[in-house]
Amino acid sequence: MIKITKLPLAILAMFMVLSSCNDAKKSDGKSGALSSNVAERVYVAPGQHDEYYAFISGGYSGNLTVYGLPSGRMFKEIPVFSQFPTSGYGYSEETKPMLNTSHGFVPWGDAHHPDISQTNGETDGRFVFINENNTPRIAKVDLTTFETTEIIEIPNSAGNHSSSFVTENTEYVVAGTRFSVPIPQRDMPIKDYKGNFKGALSFLSVEPEHGTMDLSFQILMPGFNYDLAHPGRGESHGWFFFSTYNTEEASTLLEVNASQNDKDFIAAVNWKKAEEYIKAGKFKTMPANYAHNVYDEATHTATSTMKKEVRVLNASELPGLVYLLPTPKSPHGCDVDPSGQYIVGNGKLSANLTVHSFTKMIDAIENKKFDGEAYGIPILKFEDVLAGVVEQAGLGPLHTEFDDKGNGYTTFFISSEVVKWKLGTWEVLDRQPTFYSVGHLTIPGGNSRKPTGKYMFAMNKITKDRYLPTGPELEHSAQLYDISGDKMELLLDFPTHGEPHYAAAILASKVAPNSKKIYKLEDNEHPFAAKSDSETKVVRDGNTVHIYMTTIRSHFSPDNIEGIKVGDKVYFHVTNLEQDFDVPHGFAVIGQNTSELLIMPGQTKTSVWEPKQVGVWPFYCTDFCSALHQEMQGYIRVSAAGADTPLKWSMGEDIE
Amino acid sequence: MKKAGIIMIVGSLLLLGLFKFPLWNIMLGAPQYPDPLGMNIYVDGIRGVSEFDIQNLDGLNHYIGMKKIPKPEEMWEFSVFPKVVLGMSLLGVLLGILGFMKKISPKYFLGWFVLMAVLGILGMYDFNNWLIDYGSNLDPKAIIKAYNPDGSPMAYKPPLLGHKQLLNFHVTSLPHTGGYLMFVGMTLTLIAYWVGKKSTQMQSKR
Ligand SMILES: [Cu+2]
Repeated sequence: MIKITKLPLAILAMFMVLSSCNDAKKSDGKSGALSSNVAERVYVAPGQHDEYYAFISGGYSGNLTVYGLPSGRMFKEIPVFSQFPTSGYGYSEETKPMLNTSHGFVPWGDAHHPDISQTNGETDGRFVFINENNTPRIAKVDLTTFETTEIIEIPNSAGNHSSSFVTENTEYVVAGTRFSVPIPQRDMPIKDYKGNFKGALSFLSVEPEHGTMDLSFQILMPGFNYDLAHPGRGESHGWFFFSTYNTEEASTLLEVNASQNDKDFIAAVNWKKAEEYIKAGKFKTMPANYAHNVYDEATHTATSTMKKEVRVLNASELPGLVYLLPTPKSPHGCDVDPSGQYIVGNGKLSANLTVHSFTKMIDAIENKKFDGEAYGIPILKFEDVLAGVVEQAGLGPLHTEFDDKGNGYTTFFISSEVVKWKLGTWEVLDRQPTFYSVGHLTIPGGNSRKPTGKYMFAMNKITKDRYLPTGPELEHSAQLYDISGDKMELLLDFPTHGEPHYAAAILASKVAPNSKKIYKLEDNEHPFAAKSDSETKVVRDGNTVHIYMTTIRSHFSPDNIEGIKVGDKVYFHVTNLEQDFDVPHGFAVIGQNTSELLIMPGQTKTSVWEPKQVGVWPFYCTDFCSALHQEMQGYIRVSAAGADTPLKWSMGEDIE
Repeated sequence: MKKAGIIMIVGSLLLLGLFKFPLWNIMLGAPQYPDPLGMNIYVDGIRGVSEFDIQNLDGLNHYIGMKKIPKPEEMWEFSVFPKVVLGMSLLGVLLGILGFMKKISPKYFLGWFVLMAVLGILGMYDFNNWLIDYGSNLDPKAIIKAYNPDGSPMAYKPPLLGHKQLLNFHVTSLPHTGGYLMFVGMTLTLIAYWVGKKSTQMQSKR
């Protein structure tokens, strides 16, 4: 009986094996040398959607750009750390608090490493986290609205570079300092750096349901530079790895002085142990001053709170918290493979890739096979933790990502290429040139336990001769490769905006279905919202005037305002009454010292205007919203400072 | 006649579907509305197919000076229709029971059907008149004034049944679930009449 029922199953299984063989052959044929038209494989026909979203950091633009793969089409630029006149982000009264820091209003940022939130080690498409390098901050972008909804400043940190990578259940987002600094900051001679400067590795907890971040604790480290980081996966879950350079602790001419040691370190941090120490009260509460900015979707308004202290664990005093893995020649990238077994440290001045073994590391720790210590932190023996070396793979290895077939892909900055190699055997399988000077590369899900090995894209620093010239300044370039076959194949060049420092990519099907189309007007809790034309009004309070204004195709209400005086501070609170996808309205008034606004359906945004001249001044809609967009306008009358013009507002009054 | 009575009862009860499902549906699609806007017409009011369809239709209609889509309290029909439907359904059930108990002749079933058909036609007539008024009684200050080739002002009456192009919109008007249930119900009452007639003929032959 059992045999009979099993037989069809066996046949079915065989059939599946056969058919999948055929499929494999087909896709091989496609990506092989005799492949079909390359254009066909990146062509997304009009009206069709891309298979992946790619979130590419804008580097010095402070923004995050959204691209489609395989087309390379840019969909959106999301302002994160920089003011953005297109939408009024950082200019509107509601979003100004997002850019508040302990240094005051910082209207610009250097956005580096986006990372997508994860559940069970797989990207879940809820949030993108991204770090700001210059004034250390971590931001969270909500992927239902594609808006920045939270920014937290990192105290005791400088050059927030080894950041913002997430653990496999988004327990923590990490923010490691690039520059070590005096902690707490103080006036001291720079030449006394060695032994006095410290590096802080920050762990930001993420509340599972809403994603709210909190700076949970910091680990105080020796005064090295912490370059990049990667969380453990699977068996190494609970650990975080940070590459270091300048273990020489030099403070001047680092290009020479920080390249003296043959080996720097990868610092392995046991964050589960850190949690134990926190629970056991082994932390020190240090005074601090840092901003936590949260955008509330109901009030459409951000609030900035200054936080005053931080919990600090000292790595030199707490055994078992940190171990140092010697890694040759100033490692830059620090990448963990999807199984969590291998930690790749790319010595950027070396030709070899060094791969550490997590199992060997644990074994060495358990057997106390130490090779000295640095500031009380045990150093493991290089040979004891080494899994293997990819020999002479290229020049200047930087970053590694992984596919779903047990291969690593490493970028080589100096030799401008991507090299594919096999995990375990460490043999080089393929190499493809990039154009030119490649930095990071991305494989969708390559940072997680479940990469999808179909595409890889490399992000280059130099673009010359790839596109029509645009003067001395060229946008950087990304290059898309098909990695489904044995050999990588270049499919597409596409320009990126700002510096494409790093990117995270995800299947569109994990994000698109949750994307919001409108904000519900009835859920709008903005204190100055007018939810219908009948709720519009103008209220004077001393020299401050609040205008509760609405927009709908194709008018403002009110559109005639009188009784404003020179020296007033006029707040235009504009509510877009539309409840239709993709119908924003704009708002701009002459001589505005902030920026225009772009107000989404159901949203309220506020622009402040301080009239300096008497007159009747126009305002208008900046977003081509309808056939009568051009008529979407109004006037505001400004009288002299002492005038007694009565406050008046109207819309649609018969004037005959 | 027992079987006929049951069919009559079932047929009449199907009318009650109108309290749950829309009678009619009008969909309006245009290139810039890949998800078409739509309204469902229930016996007690008009509702959007998606949450904000009515608001968005009103927003578009203001360009051509069309009145806002009426709220239930703005049309007497939406308070009378439910009563008529409920009354006819109860009457049909009563007739069915009486037929089941062989107290009345199947001709009453036919009578119910004819009455229902007359009321239905009156309803359609009323609905069509409303569509004509809605589509042609426009605000003289309308932003867009379109004219037919003969020079007469364009009307924007949606079709009673079927498809029509109105400016850039494709408008499709069809019965919806409640409507189909009503048609099936009415057909069943007609079948009840035939079945009842046959069984009484058989009985009289015996
Ligand atoms: Cu507009």
